[in-house]
Amino acid sequence: MQQVPALKIDGITIGQSLAIIEYLEETRPTPRLLPQDPKRRAQVRMISDVIASGIQPLQNLSVLKQVGQENQLTWAQKVMRSGFNALEQILRSTAGKYCVGDEVSMADLCLVPQVANAERFKVDLTPYPTISRINKTLLALEPFQVSHPCRQPDTPPELRA
Amino acid sequence: MQAGKPILYSYFRSSCSWRVRIALALKSIDYETVPINLIKDGGQQFSEEFQALNPMQQVPALKIDGITIGQSLAIIEYLEETRPTPRLLPQDPKRRAQVRMISDVIASGIQPLQNLSVLKQVGQENQLTWAQKVMRSGFNALEQILRSTAGKYCVGDEVSMADLCLVPQVANAERFKVDLTPYPTISRINKTLLALEPFQVSHPCRQPDTPPELRA
Repeated sequence: MQQVPALKIDGITIGQSLAIIEYLEETRPTPRLLPQDPKRRAQVRMISDVIASGIQPLQNLSVLKQVGQENQLTWAQKVMRSGFNALEQILRSTAGKYCVGDEVSMADLCLVPQVANAERFKVDLTPYPTISRINKTLLALEPFQVSHPCRQPDTPPELRA
Repeated sequence: MQAGKPILYSYFRSSCSWRVRIALALKSIDYETVPINLIKDGGQQFSEEFQALNPMQQVPALKIDGITIGQSLAIIEYLEETRPTPRLLPQDPKRRAQVRMISDVIASGIQPLQNLSVLKQVGQENQLTWAQKVMRSGFNALEQILRSTAGKYCVGDEVSMADLCLVPQVANAERFKVDLTPYPTISRINKTLLALEPFQVSHPCRQPDTPPELRA
């Protein structure tokens, strides 16, 4: 797919972030990233897909290139506002401390990076209080900090934490 | 409260709805269809009533076991977990990863970039070129992946969620006049799958909301 991420693990290479995460969940099951109950699992997957299929692909680098430089900001903001409108509504019925109930799940792993994208494109988050609250709670957790774009091997010096 | 049949909110031509229809047929799950016309009345998916049911204002949505699930792959995985036979995902985790990867290449990497709402934004004079470019790019990658995963079907010799994603996407490609000659593996698998009954009964040409002129 000529895309990141790709994970080389256990003798295979897997592309597509959610396929990778589900593989990790099935082979390294603790701590859980998906709830035990099938209905809650469906909610986690639905929220993850809203982000991973419904929002991010429409504002990724290759699409923005095709939209043209003068249209990029407007396009990206429109895509994210539209997606966050729907997401905010969904989360109001599924969220506890996190996206689905009170345990961190794959949905939360999708939320934080998408909110970071929204901030980068100057999307006003005021209309999305549930998204904002959950994002803030998650960013306080260590796994979300060590993995942050500002702390990676390839983070440019001027953006490094 | 008596549990009724599951209800699928579907548009005959929606490739995402077709994926779920195939899953329901494969698992012999009897259901009711509530057609949502994506074009009529400015798009019935934008009605307040439907928005309350599915905030993404998209099809498919499945009302089942007291909940409503949106997003075709989330629906299919729920069906797999609650009605596990026949399987739609292999037992082996590495093969499951391949099935999910191929499904996501289509469901995240190709289809969203050529769906109705994006095409509207691209503008009518650009739509064909845009859609073809998106699909060619995606099929280039998919063809390469399938060469190492495919047997009779996308992953080995059992029908999986990946196959449910493939057939509707090929139908979209044909609708947008994408030449499939560069993709022999995709074409072969698509042909094999279309011969199976679940792929036929769920076909856009055989739905309750199929317009008369397109009906099989």
